[in-house]
Order: sequence, then C-alpha cells, then structure tokens
Amino acid sequence: MSAPVLEIREVTRRLAGVVPVTLVDGATAAFAPGDFVTITGPSGSGKSSLLYLLGLIDRPTAGEVLLEGRATATLGSDELAALRLSRLGCVFQFHFLLAELTVRDNIALPMRRLARLGRAGIAERAEGLLDRLGLADKLDKTPDQLSGGERQRVAVARALANDPAIILADEPTGNLDSRNAHNVFDIFASLARSEGKTVIIVTHEADLAEEADIRIEMLDGRIREMRRQHA
Amino acid sequence: MKAADLRLLADLGLSHLARRRRQTAVSVLGIMLGVAAFLVISSLMFGFQNDFIRRVIDVSPHVQMLDEYRAPPAQPALSAYPGAAVEIVGLRPKQELRGIRDPGKRLAEIQAMPGLNAAPSLQGQAILRFGSTDIAATLIGVEPELEARVSNIERDLIAGSLGALKTTANGVILGVGLARKLGIGMNDTLTVVSPTGAVLRMKVAGLRKTGITAIDSVQAYALLKKVQVLLARANVVNRINMRLADVTTARELAARIETLNGYRTESWEEANQEILGLFIVQRAIMFSVISAILIVASFGIFNVISTVIHEKARDIAILKSIGFFERDLRRVFVLEGALVGIAGALLGAGLGSAIISALARVRFEMDLIATIQGFVLERSWWLYAIAGVMAVTVSAFAAWLPARHAADLQPVDILRGGP
Repeated sequence: MSAPVLEIREVTRRLAGVVPVTLVDGATAAFAPGDFVTITGPSGSGKSSLLYLLGLIDRPTAGEVLLEGRATATLGSDELAALRLSRLGCVFQFHFLLAELTVRDNIALPMRRLARLGRAGIAERAEGLLDRLGLADKLDKTPDQLSGGERQRVAVARALANDPAIILADEPTGNLDSRNAHNVFDIFASLARSEGKTVIIVTHEADLAEEADIRIEMLDGRIREMRRQHA
Repeated sequence: MKAADLRLLADLGLSHLARRRRQTAVSVLGIMLGVAAFLVISSLMFGFQNDFIRRVIDVSPHVQMLDEYRAPPAQPALSAYPGAAVEIVGLRPKQELRGIRDPGKRLAEIQAMPGLNAAPSLQGQAILRFGSTDIAATLIGVEPELEARVSNIERDLIAGSLGALKTTANGVILGVGLARKLGIGMNDTLTVVSPTGAVLRMKVAGLRKTGITAIDSVQAYALLKKVQVLLARANVVNRINMRLADVTTARELAARIETLNGYRTESWEEANQEILGLFIVQRAIMFSVISAILIVASFGIFNVISTVIHEKARDIAILKSIGFFERDLRRVFVLEGALVGIAGALLGAGLGSAIISALARVRFEMDLIATIQGFVLERSWWLYAIAGVMAVTVSAFAAWLPARHAADLQPVDILRGGP
C-alpha cells in the first residue's frame, strides 16, 4: 500500500460553551491516493465536521491532521489556505457558486488565485473541465440559469480546477434527483479510479455509499467502523 | 501584490458593487458631491486669497523699515546688574523726536544691497476736507523718482501721473475710494489739515486704484517736502520702503536690516500677518467642513460594504474554503470602497470643474477687502489631487472597518448553516 496522502490521528473537535459539544471524538484514519471513500452515519454523527477537519477548513481541538505526511497543527491560516488552494478540492451540499459570476469565472476563481496558469491556460482548463462534465455549452451562463444537477457539476469542476490530489465532498448529491445524484457520484468514482485522486464523500444515501471502495460509519462523533468494500 | 491578484480581487469587488447598483450609486453620489464641494469652495477661497496676496505684494512695500523699535531699549540698571533683582521705579521714557535718524546714510546702505530698491517716505494722519465732507486719511510723502522704483503707483493711476506731484503746485494723488467718499475729481482743490493744525490747500493731480479697499479708501500721496512741512517734521522720514527682485527673501532680508539698523523692519508677510493668519483659519475651517462632508458620505460606503459582507457571508466562506487568504478578503472589500471613492472622485472632479468654469464666467463688481470684478478662481492640479486622495482614503477606510469582519469570518461556521 502506498503512503497515505491524508491522515488523521486521534482527532477530536470540541465546541466550547456552557454545554461543550464534541463533534468528532478521537478519529483515526489514513487515506491513500486513489481511495474512494464514503462517510456515512445518522444526522449529528460528526460526518461533516470530520470532513471539514480533513479539508483543513476547521482545526482539531486535539489530535493531528497530516497532509502528504506534513503535520498541519502548527500551520498558520495563510499556510492552510495555500494547501487548500493547491492540494484540496471541496464540494458542498449546496453548490455555493458565486451568483454574480459566470460558470467560466466561477471555475477560474481558484486558478486565478493560484496563478499557476496564464489567462489562456485558465480559459483552456475551465473549458476542458466543463466539457468533461458535459457542460461545455454553459460556459457563459450564471448559476441561476442552471439546473440543480448542473450547478453541482460546476461546483465539482471548480473543486478540480487546480488539479488537487484530494477531493472532499459534503453530501454533494443531497439536493439532486436520483439520476443526477448517480451522475455526480460516477464523476467522483472516475476521479478516484481513473485519475488516482483520493475522493472522500459524506453521504446519507446507502446505495451510493455501497459504491465506494472504503466506507466509514460514524456514530456520536466516533468512527464506528471503517471497512474496505471491494477487493 | 501582483497585478493579476489585484485584478482578481477588483473583479470580485466590482461584481459585488454591480449587484447593489442603487446603494453603490448613492455612495458614489455622496463622494462626488463632497469632492465637487471641496473643489468649488477651495477654488473660490484659494483664488481669492492668492489674488489678495498677489495684490498686496504688488502694491505694498516688500520690506518696510519703520521709525520704531521692536522692543523697548534695555534700562542701564538692568544691563549693569544682569540676573540681579532690580526694581525700577518712576520710569519716564526719554522724549525722542519720532523719525528714522540719519535717513540718508541708512538709505544709501540699504540701496547698496543687491536685488532691491529703496525709497524714503513720511507717513502721517491728516484730515481731507472737500466741501462739507471731512475724511481722515493716511498722507504719504514720497520722492516721485525713488518711489516709482519701489511701488507700482504709476501703473495704478487711473488719472494723472506720479510726476504731476512735481509739476502741480501742492499736488496730491488720492485713492479712488477716498476721492469717491469726498466726491472729488481730478484738478479739484481740497483742504488738508494736519494733527498740528497746519492747513494746506492741495490740488488733485492723480487718482489711484489698487483694487485693495484698505489702500484705495485711505491713502493719499504728496511730495515728501510738502508732507514734512504739513506735519511740522522738517527733514524727517519715518519709513524706508523696499522692493525686492525676489519677494520670497523678504522675511530674511527684513531680519538682516533690522539687526543692522535696530529699527523695526517688517516683511510684507509680517505687515499683513493678521489677514494671512485669518486666511489660515479660513482654510482650516474649509478643510474641516469638507472633511465632514466626505466623512458623512463615507457612511454610505460603510453601509454598502457592511450590507454586502452580511449578504455575502456565504461567498466569503466559500472563497476562504477554496484557499483565499484572510487578507485577500479584506482587500476585496477595501478595494470596493476605494473603487467607489475613485468613481466619486472622478465624477466629483468633473462636476466641480464644470461649476468652476460656470463661476468663472460670472461678472460683477464688489468692494470687499479687495475690489473684485468676478470670482477669482484657483485651478491648480494639487486641489484635484488633494480631493482625490481624501475621497479615496476616506472611502477605503470606511470599507476597511467592515472588511476586518469579513476576514475574520470562519467558513466552517457558515458552511454548517447551509444556504
């Protein structure tokens, strides 16, 4: 087995307050390149909170998150942002596209911020991603001119913009009909299996979760079970 | 920051402003009016002030030696016992004949200095009487040939000539304001009464108009000898007036001459320090008022940016989760404020410039501290620069306050909340 690209060790996330709440409690897991992982569990079990910790969007109260072998606990907010920009791609339940921007501009945002490509390169990659996701004719539309499934696919394209090693998705099919949900899920599966990206998806939907290579079940903030489903 | 980064942040800022067109327009309008008001008021004020200063420099001596001392002479007892507790009782000042001692020698010394001309004069108060009108005036005795080299009196004459003081028996040149008050014209004869009671009939040989009311309605010129006789001060002069090639050296030269001669010697700035001080107060008031206008206008920007940040909390969260830095978000909103400021400054410059051009075409005549025929307007690039810098700074600052809040937003708090 190759070295883990993303790893959590005894990660805990606790919210302070009059009544402290533990969102994630001592979670440990490691993910290798090409792993296609789903995280399931009842509402409030800590699935999304774990994903935010994996995505370096939130910081653990205890434990460690290692990205490509590098501990992230001591990194500043700018360093974490730089890692999110170049190594991670996030998709959320709600597409969270910027309403004022066209599809093309939404996808270009991470690329423009990273500034690895020139203007022509950014345009070419945005068009390539949309073509691959079947949205080539939607380049100049704004999000309100797209269907729910199309918006979510644009969000996937945006997450892929900087060619990240890891894709994290928080219930990406939660607001889609069955056909669109399977479409989006297939895209994620292909990213893991064909391109070797580590894809971690939080989902409620058991049938979709069955398609993943690794399934993590959470309960009360703890990883109840983590199992490989396919040989 | 790289140009590409700036363009990206500016694009995001512009997209927010475009979304709130009406509020943005109101904010731009506020800044525009503030900038236009600043330009018009400062153009009027600086125009008038600078014109007044130009006229003062033009018609008054650049440096003037007076027959008085800046500080009373030290008492011998104080000089003899420096640092001792000396009390002088029953002091009676020495009665001295007023006037500059040995004026010929001092005049020659001053005239020998490079870059200046000097002329003596005797100045005193007199009553001018014409018909039943008595007016108090400042009577100035001059030597026409020398005076012509230190003042523009010849140029300012609207009737007669400076030389006519010599060719006309008991000739006098009156300021136009004085002549108007007396109801007198060229070649008319008036009576001049000195404080000592001496009376002289004099003929109007010239009328002078400088445009400065305080001069035109008060001063009258006659030959030095005539004024010395009238004021019973034979061979006395109480002023040595100087005109410099470079007016900016007046203060320094006045100090040097005062050190050499002991007599109080004033530069044009010191002679007019009260009015120049008033100008400074005027400028301070103007800048305060304009700053207040811009600050009020900036509340509009604060409001727009605060609203945008409130509305765009989700976008801010997503941008941060994508990998935008906190400072990027701060810059987006500060840029938005600055863009509103730039738009307001540009439009305000256009509006202000149009109003100034319209005011420049208005003609009227009015006697204030100077006679004006219309608005005197200053149209310097630096006024536009000050207005622009103020507008953009105030706007960016107004945006920076809420922008800090945007940068501090935690994406996880918002992402958990849903759409």
